[in-house]
Amino acid sequence: MNRRKERIDRGVKARSADIFALTSYREMLYLMIPGAVPVVALLCFSPMLSDYWREVIISTAIYALLAMSWDMLMCAGLLSLGQSLFFGIGSYISGSLNYYAGLPPILTLPIATILGGLLCTVLLLPVLRLRGIYFAMVTLVVPLMLSRLVEATRILGGTEGLTGLTPFPNQLTALFIIQLALLATLFGFRRIMGSDYGLVVKGISDNDRSVMSAGLNIYWYKAQVLFLGASVGCFAGAFGTHMDMFAGMPGFALDYSIMPVAAAVVGGVGTFAGPLIGAFILVPLSEMLRALGSLRMVFYGLFLVVFVVGMPEGIFAYIQRKYQQMERWVDVS
Amino acid sequence: MTELTPLLRASNLTKKFGGVTAVSNVDFDLQEGQLLGVIGPNGSGKTTLVNLITGFVKPTAGRIEFRGKDITGWPPYKVVSEGISRTFQMVRPFYQLPAYKNLIVPLYSPRVKKLAGGKYGNRDAVALDLLEEVGFERDAHVSYKKAGALPQGYLKRLELAKSMALRPDLIILDELFSGLSLAEVASIVPIIEKLKHQGKTIIMIEHRLKELFRIADRVMVLNYGRKIAEGKAKDVMESPDVKEAYLGSEAE
Repeated sequence: MNRRKERIDRGVKARSADIFALTSYREMLYLMIPGAVPVVALLCFSPMLSDYWREVIISTAIYALLAMSWDMLMCAGLLSLGQSLFFGIGSYISGSLNYYAGLPPILTLPIATILGGLLCTVLLLPVLRLRGIYFAMVTLVVPLMLSRLVEATRILGGTEGLTGLTPFPNQLTALFIIQLALLATLFGFRRIMGSDYGLVVKGISDNDRSVMSAGLNIYWYKAQVLFLGASVGCFAGAFGTHMDMFAGMPGFALDYSIMPVAAAVVGGVGTFAGPLIGAFILVPLSEMLRALGSLRMVFYGLFLVVFVVGMPEGIFAYIQRKYQQMERWVDVS
Repeated sequence: MTELTPLLRASNLTKKFGGVTAVSNVDFDLQEGQLLGVIGPNGSGKTTLVNLITGFVKPTAGRIEFRGKDITGWPPYKVVSEGISRTFQMVRPFYQLPAYKNLIVPLYSPRVKKLAGGKYGNRDAVALDLLEEVGFERDAHVSYKKAGALPQGYLKRLELAKSMALRPDLIILDELFSGLSLAEVASIVPIIEKLKHQGKTIIMIEHRLKELFRIADRVMVLNYGRKIAEGKAKDVMESPDVKEAYLGSEAE
């Protein structure tokens, strides 16, 4: 006697798939709750936490932004192992604008976002032709190169970095800025990828020859996606700089490259909400494991392995399935 | 207009891959509204010829003109915006998407946006219409099925619809009939005839000679990258060169 798990869409899911969702509150709520509840919870409860945990939320959000930026690149088939490039460049741009020109964070953040996005796009433009692991290798190497460049030429403060930068007025302001950016990125990216433009982008990663023969310049689209991803990464870097009041070589550190990938893998690639959830699990977890001392990395790694093996689709896809489908065991003989 | 400039003219077209000459000194003219069949044994350079015309491969030497304009070595997206579209021999649709969503990508192209006058309205509706045109039965909701769940016959039709979505002047069909049953081929032939009646120029690469000869105005035969014959189907098949190259065993 064999058993098989049968999955059936819930009635409310089937009904609310179209304009008919507007016919009842129940169905409208069904559609809105998954988005609205976490957003409201985040905005309402995060200010109530202690200073320490607010700090944790802020650094989690920085990683979450990098993870969503990674996911955006992944949508176009660009596997990046160098999110620290975006973080570092955003960090140095806002840092030097603040250090040398004395601009306040309210100006350096948007300038670093746009300018950093453009700069990273131009830097990676020559390698947009590469795919998969070849693109990944280049993105891995470029931030390391840049950090050695800063060290060797002693520009931008050299190994010391730029210190004493303007902080945010208070922690609560910072908290709300980063949460706003987080939500704007999440819903913005989801919206973009849900449109026809998003179909083209996904098409490039699935089957680029087919997109080429459809009369679209795939390098132009890849550059656009790269700009979107890079500017979000640069915003994270600029934000982190003002948070720490410091811009320096650690901005190009490997942490900023690896953690976003781990978060996206745990949460579910290609969904944007997945990497966000992944970051909100992994970063606080690593904080909580601090008590374990040296064993921290062991448990952390163990958790990652168990997760990736046990739930390869990612947390987000798992939750989504439970929310939308009924499951039951049926006998097949 | 007595002496018409041909829609497509290839002169001295040559492509070498390392030491192998895939296409060698091929010349041909194609008048507007004609259907040219290209035949030849496996490895005779037919698909390379398609790749050369559509810009997927840059020629080693030679020249391609479309409406008198030199398009040699243009990238594929520019060639398409001039009005040349193609299908692929190996269909690779976006398997996770419903069939009609596969057409969104070509409908998003600058050429279609320009021809339709600015921003395209409802791409989904246009896609569904196009699929019906190539034989996706609307009543059976085939267009809404995932491309991965469709049989080969429908995937080939989808491939045809993708190239039609670009509103091309010249369509290049790379072995559209390969891997299809006789009945499926018989149901696609009228679609191609209809395209021809609409005034589209078509190049068909094909192994199914019987069906091809019925609809082709002219046939060109390639062997080892060289053009060995061109003309009416009947005359071409009687040429001794062709008999030897293409139907070698029969000629003996």
